[in-house]
Amino acid sequence: MKNILGDRRAAFVLLAPALAVYSVIMLVPVVVSLGYTVFEGNAISGFEFVGIDNFVRLIGDARAHQALLFTLKYALVVTIGQVVVGYMLSLLYVFGLKRASSVVRTLVFFPIVMPTVAVALLFQQLFSIAPTEGVVNSMLAGFGGVPVDWFGDGGSAFVVIAIMDIWRSMGFYGVLLYAGLVDIPEDVLESARLDGASGWRLVRHIVLPLSLPVLISSIIFSINGTLKVFDSVMALTSGGPGTSTSPLTISVFDHAFTYGEYGYGSTLAMLLTIICLIVTIFIFRGSRRDLTKDGPR
Amino acid sequence: MTLTRKTLTRGAMAVVAGTSAFALMACSGGGGGGGASADAFSVLTNVENAEVPAVLETLAAGACSDQADTLPLELETTPQTNLDQQLQLQAGQAALPVLFSAGNAPSLTAELADAGHVADFEQVLGDLGIADQIEPAAVSTIESLYGGFRALPFEYNVEGIWYNKQIFADNGIDEPQTFDDMVAAAETLNDAGVQPFSASGEQGWPITRLISSYIFRDLGPDAMQKVADGEAELTDPEYVAAAQAIADLGAEGWFGKGVGSIDMATSENQFLNGSAAMFYMGSWFLSGLNDPEMNQIGVENVGFMPFPAVEGGAGDRSQLAANVGLPLTMNANLVDDDTSSWLECIVENYGATALEQENRVSGFALNDEVDDVPELTSMVQQQVAETETTVLWFEALFSAEATTTSQRNAAPLVTGSLSAEEFMEKVQADL
Repeated sequence: MKNILGDRRAAFVLLAPALAVYSVIMLVPVVVSLGYTVFEGNAISGFEFVGIDNFVRLIGDARAHQALLFTLKYALVVTIGQVVVGYMLSLLYVFGLKRASSVVRTLVFFPIVMPTVAVALLFQQLFSIAPTEGVVNSMLAGFGGVPVDWFGDGGSAFVVIAIMDIWRSMGFYGVLLYAGLVDIPEDVLESARLDGASGWRLVRHIVLPLSLPVLISSIIFSINGTLKVFDSVMALTSGGPGTSTSPLTISVFDHAFTYGEYGYGSTLAMLLTIICLIVTIFIFRGSRRDLTKDGPR
Repeated sequence: MTLTRKTLTRGAMAVVAGTSAFALMACSGGGGGGGASADAFSVLTNVENAEVPAVLETLAAGACSDQADTLPLELETTPQTNLDQQLQLQAGQAALPVLFSAGNAPSLTAELADAGHVADFEQVLGDLGIADQIEPAAVSTIESLYGGFRALPFEYNVEGIWYNKQIFADNGIDEPQTFDDMVAAAETLNDAGVQPFSASGEQGWPITRLISSYIFRDLGPDAMQKVADGEAELTDPEYVAAAQAIADLGAEGWFGKGVGSIDMATSENQFLNGSAAMFYMGSWFLSGLNDPEMNQIGVENVGFMPFPAVEGGAGDRSQLAANVGLPLTMNANLVDDDTSSWLECIVENYGATALEQENRVSGFALNDEVDDVPELTSMVQQQVAETETTVLWFEALFSAEATTTSQRNAAPLVTGSLSAEEFMEKVQADL
């Protein structure tokens, strides 16, 4: 085995088909899209070279700034929500439920398997106000409150989007972090308990530092996913009302395919790519420092 | 990093890949494939339109069965909100079907026509000798919208406010003649616990229709043409006043709760089950009105009135808003003997078949006698015959971007999230 994989030519030959498919489907369109940023036009009427006009327009475009702010806001809120709730769940599985946790884990994990559009339709009905009040509004009315038009305003629509995505992914992060938590040696926990640490102090001083690597990985994973959200927001609000819940991805879609401005759409896409790169580098830098600190024990 | 041969080779490969991709992309686009012939009579319509596919299938099985044997009918649908994207993608791949719904914004059809994708019916029908089968009023509406006879009027619609006669009678309201009368009527209805208006905020255009109707009544039938020509702006005070008038209706809560989430079907149902008293819609609604299962208030309780006049305005009630719905255009690259034969059969038979089967008033001539035309349909036909001047609608002369902005921000306008000035500013900025 080592002879085959050690031989570089053999490795390359085995990799070549997958590499070719990856290049054609992923890399070439990315390069072409970068090229589009200095053109303007669409598939019907052709393209013309416009130089840096798209970038100048991006700097002055208030709606693009609003989309960027929404993307960052969504990424921050949903990442924190997903990871924190997932971590709480994993603590519950390890310390609370122990053996019985497998059934609960599976049930809570289930929503991530469902298609995002199906979940969005479900939440549309849960939070609806017309023609019939959904479950949430019925409960509000039952407790003496006033039904709210959740999708009529950008702020409340954002709350629904956040709840939906956190509910959907918390099981996944729960399982991911659970795997990290069971790696903590039992004797470390025993000795900490013997020393008198319990409950919150145990978590804060022992469990949290030891599970930091998997926590960092979860945060990176989550941020990368949430920065690029498209289908759940599109299915729930289509970026509405107006464009108040449009992240950069929906903005790209609108400009490229609805208004026929492939060049400006590609410019927005490039902006999103740069944001993702910055965030990823930032987190990797931070995590590298932590990992080397905990290295030799 | 030392410049080894490996690094240079890798570097060179990357540069070659990048340049070739750049060149590929620069040369792409604009070239549509010509010369292909159709192997099926493919039709792409918006999914909300159930009638065109139904009538075409009837024709394929009946009057056009010979053509259907040569070139089978293939129907495809897409949601109307995705239609523009779908058309652009297919045009770019030279994969447009034989007949396809024109884009939401007429500007898209103009763009497709400039790129040579849209057939000119003046020529095609002229060659077939059937140019007289289209109603002149429909042709002139199409020409003013699409810059040429580029679409076929599978519908010819007039728009106005359908109202529930029973509810009006119960509350002692007469058919409003002016906008102020209608506002008073709405107030009476609201006090009686009836939702005055039903409109689909999710679609957006039922609300913007109200704005343009007010504009045409207040400023005259050429008011939106002036905006398109640059002689006036939507941010001018008199145009903003129209948006304000409609926003005021929403501020009173007369559109019901959660108007932004109400889709077309829900809005229609609100009127047809008697929850809402007034419903602005075009005469394409006849199929729902004449269907005893859908219409729960009864045909005899449905009234139609043109959008009321605005006191002191330059327009008047007789100027009905008319349109050709979302018409179908033909792929210029697929016009050949077989598809022309199909087209001829459709043009000659669609009018009578649609009227009989779907109660649809179209812009095609009626070549067969149709018995038992329902009461509401003949009422609409009469309105069409009596109308001399017609007006268009809010987004008729807008670009695709302005159309989307207008339709997406209509619901926030009536729920109060957006002021009338802000709404008009947004739309004007995208014109």
